[in-house]
Amino acid sequence: MTSAESDPTGEEAFSSSVIVEQTAVAPEQLLASADMPPQSQINQEIADLHAEYGRREAAGEKLRATMYDFPPYRSSILRHPTKNPKLVDPETIELWSPAYGQRDVAAIEADLTLQHRGEPQGERITVQGRLLDSWGRPIPNQLIEIWQANAAGRYIHQRDQHPAPLDPNFTGAGRTITDDNGEWKFTTIKPGPYPWKNHINAWRPAHIHFSIFGSGFTQRLVTQMYFPGDPLFALDPIYNTIRSQKDRDRLIGQYDHDLTVPEFSMGYRWDIVVDGPDSTWFEPEGEH
Amino acid sequence: MARTLRSDLQGKEQLEITPGQTVGPFFAFGTVYPKMHEVVFPHSPGAIVLSGIVYDGAGAPIPDALVEIWSADPDGNIPRGRGSRRRDDHTFTGFGRSATTDEGRFEFWTVNPGSVDGEAPFYAVAVFARGLPDKLMTRIYLPDDQEKLDADPFLSSLTPEERATLIATRLPNGYLRHDIRLQGENETVFLEF
Repeated sequence: MTSAESDPTGEEAFSSSVIVEQTAVAPEQLLASADMPPQSQINQEIADLHAEYGRREAAGEKLRATMYDFPPYRSSILRHPTKNPKLVDPETIELWSPAYGQRDVAAIEADLTLQHRGEPQGERITVQGRLLDSWGRPIPNQLIEIWQANAAGRYIHQRDQHPAPLDPNFTGAGRTITDDNGEWKFTTIKPGPYPWKNHINAWRPAHIHFSIFGSGFTQRLVTQMYFPGDPLFALDPIYNTIRSQKDRDRLIGQYDHDLTVPEFSMGYRWDIVVDGPDSTWFEPEGEH
Repeated sequence: MARTLRSDLQGKEQLEITPGQTVGPFFAFGTVYPKMHEVVFPHSPGAIVLSGIVYDGAGAPIPDALVEIWSADPDGNIPRGRGSRRRDDHTFTGFGRSATTDEGRFEFWTVNPGSVDGEAPFYAVAVFARGLPDKLMTRIYLPDDQEKLDADPFLSSLTPEERATLIATRLPNGYLRHDIRLQGENETVFLEF
């Protein structure tokens, strides 16, 4: 609609003629940081922030495991809240989660190597673990979704600009429902490291994205699983948005030779623990 | 999961929590699925559109955010129906997911949640985005029952400006409009539990 149609008297044109509706840029235009610093500067910023968090914690401040305000991750600068979240008691709906079940996902969706006519390129792996709440209780019947780059470090997403080959036999997305013991398992290909434009020569350590539903909506979790011994850990601003080493270590899947299948696949184990209360914390009706 | 008395858990050692990470830039192929934003079938009786724009601290729309809602049904029942990921077009599962468009817009077909336990009705909301290091939780309250909104202990603890960031706007056609601002002026109130 032109301004003449929406404003037949032309009054608004006088007062707001300079207002041009902002046209959104293509999202890939937003992927590069504005300043493109060298890796050495990012390393220094990470070290300075981690030291500052250590001081604040020592002074008695309670900090989250993952920091929202973490400028070395450049695209977080305009996207993190500046005010502290309000601490509230979860109410009603928040103590429950969507009810998933086997009908939501087919068993084959947990095997990312079987989605095409041929076998994908790369190192075949299995990743498995348990989904637990903070009391160690298994969470059954919940949805776990994963997505990842292929063995060459390329995402199938159309906005990915990394000129590494796509694999016609690998999409890189899968999902499963946890069983009665909270156990889950995926068969996939080990993803490659992935270059991005946060800074000059920025590379993400190899990782698999995980989306997890707990037994309460408060426990909703999106995170990434990494692989042991990756030389890129210290260089990666996203991994280091988690401020303490012990918490960062919790995102590393452990190589488990007992899960490795002879002549077939390398096995990794990674248990997931979700935070926050759910409806089972409360005394049942009528027993108050 | 079996219900556990809260008193039984007291003093029990807790496991360390798995920390969150950003959803990243390329979540669409892993998280987008058919009808994910259709909590109810479009245009079915009682169906409304809940939509809005996710903004960054410079006031620019965020084209790579993921918004999820989870709510009671119109009678205030907690949904226990399965099938959020594979819709049958009639079971109310209460859960929806919407990836923002290139203009930063999210949109759901859903219903007005009813009041649960007499509280002011709201949608529980999770927000994820590239550039956002961890999830954000918030609520979208229905604007209609002023008495319940005024009586709500949490809303009452907020300033009027803060409260306004949590209450949707009712449009003349009955739909709901609600923007989410991750940062800056009128920054949305986010929650920690």
